[in-house]
Amino acid sequence: MNESGMSAPVLRVEKLRKSFGDEIVLQDITFSVPEHTATVFIGASGSGKSTLLRCINLLEQVDDGVIKLDGADISAADVNPDEVRKKLGMVFQAFNLFPHMTVLENIILAPTKVQGIGQEEAIAEAFKLLERFGLRDKADQYPDRLSGGQQQRVAIIRSLARHPRLLLLDEITSALDPVLVNEVLSTVRELKGEGMTMVLATHEMGFAKQVANEVCFLHHGKILEWGPPEELLESPKLSETREFIRRVHEAGRL
Amino acid sequence: MSDNRGRGTGENSGSAPYDFGGAWQPSEIEIARRIARKKRNRKNGFIAAFSSLLVLGTLLVVLVTSPGWITLRDTFFKWAYGFEVLPKIILGFGTNATLTLIAGTSVALLGLLIALIRTSRSPALTPFRFLATIYVDVFRGIPMLLVILLVGFGIPALQLKGVTNNVLILGTIAVIITYSAYVAEVIRSGILTVHPSQRAAARSLGLSHIQTLRHVVLPQALKRVTPPLLNDLVALIKDTGLISILGVTDAIRAAQIQTAKSFNYTPYVMAALVFLAVTIPLTRMTDRMLRNSLERQNAQGQA
Ligand SMILES: Nc1ncnc2c1ncn2[C@@H]1O[C@H](COP(=O)(O)OP(=O)(O)O)[C@@H](O)[C@H]1O
Ligand SMILES: [Mg+2]
Repeated sequence: MNESGMSAPVLRVEKLRKSFGDEIVLQDITFSVPEHTATVFIGASGSGKSTLLRCINLLEQVDDGVIKLDGADISAADVNPDEVRKKLGMVFQAFNLFPHMTVLENIILAPTKVQGIGQEEAIAEAFKLLERFGLRDKADQYPDRLSGGQQQRVAIIRSLARHPRLLLLDEITSALDPVLVNEVLSTVRELKGEGMTMVLATHEMGFAKQVANEVCFLHHGKILEWGPPEELLESPKLSETREFIRRVHEAGRL
Repeated sequence: MSDNRGRGTGENSGSAPYDFGGAWQPSEIEIARRIARKKRNRKNGFIAAFSSLLVLGTLLVVLVTSPGWITLRDTFFKWAYGFEVLPKIILGFGTNATLTLIAGTSVALLGLLIALIRTSRSPALTPFRFLATIYVDVFRGIPMLLVILLVGFGIPALQLKGVTNNVLILGTIAVIITYSAYVAEVIRSGILTVHPSQRAAARSLGLSHIQTLRHVVLPQALKRVTPPLLNDLVALIKDTGLISILGVTDAIRAAQIQTAKSFNYTPYVMAALVFLAVTIPLTRMTDRMLRNSLERQNAQGQA
């Protein structure tokens, strides 16, 4: 797959396998994400996208295979997950903001508690990010008072405040009204433009086309087909891929 | 103003809905609505007052006209005598209050610790998890009176060196032992109701297990179990009276002593009123605190 880059890829996954009980959820997953690129995973619900991202984030223990971050094996038994996660940002489908904290408190939690940055510096940085994404006036609100799109943008800011090496985005627009999807997607496009390295799972084909350097089609836990977005999305080779893309089109999400 | 159904903009229509510039005046419909609402509120207030008067008045009449009313009044509601013994009861209540403070604090800490152990997954804590489970099973299952008797009379009987024989201390320990088992279970259930996705979010931000508990899980869990914990606090205030069985003079015991002297039960009623004077404001205050904090956090206000 994407093996061309001169420097080592930010993320390299080799022959990853994961099962829950008897159900094999992921097998033979191999791909690389070079710096400043985005790899997008598409696939039906239940095909294993979330599980893959959770494995990369060490929220799940893999059954086999290797995950490397900047060349270092993070799937090794003696790795401290907390140290690995300091370099990763993850945004979830359901936002997962902390409901008992204001927007600002959500954002500065990790910088102050994990990275040991001073309160004032963390707040200044948070305000800079909020300003940039047009959410400055929401700093003192509790998440429940925000629209879904605003909540998801706060969740993105919360990951960004930690300056992650790699951002994992798991269907970040699937819980949103079509109208709100755009504000979140344009945020991600902006990040891509700034050179953020990302792995995404999404159903938004149009968006995938815009931000992806590589698209992988996940089918029953295997990467069935992969390639540059124009090729994979417009002239898929396999009938499974064609079928999936046709169904997404029918659902009106292009 | 025409009934304009075509297309238009804020500039040319000049009709109320898009006239952002001028000062807003409530429309006639709104004014009529406000008058109607005011009228309805006044009517509701009148109905509430009338029905309360009717019900309470009927109860009062039934009570005072009943054949035994005079005797009842003289043996239970002899206010002059009641106020005479009130200082002694309040003095006794000092014991209940002190015990509640000491036991309440210890129970909160011990209960939290047990709950954390029971919900932890660390392999190092396995034996403690096991012990904590047994602890909860045992002390939730034994009547507190028995625990008080066993600790209060049993430990002095062992004649251990360096261990206190003070029944007040032993009684308090017995109360702490029992209540910690209850409170641990309440807190544990609160911890379990925090959705795993909250933990996942915290861990993926790089927070350690302990930090996740401290900043994400516990604040949400404790807020959720505040009402049942308050319930336990009120029960604790009352149950501190149980250690009077060991010979400690608390409010109930003080009332009992007075009653034994005079064969009049008014001291019991006074003791009841003293307990109510503390528990009712406490309940109201905590209710309000909880509501305020939920209102700040939830868009839909209190449900
Ligand atoms: N914790 C779990 N325990 C058991 N099965 C799981 C668990 N998480 C996910 N699965 C299963 O793994 C499969 C892939 O799920 P998921 O990764 O969430 O798919 P996707 O994100 O592509 O919709 C599904 O069949 C799901 O039921
Ligand atoms: Mg998913």
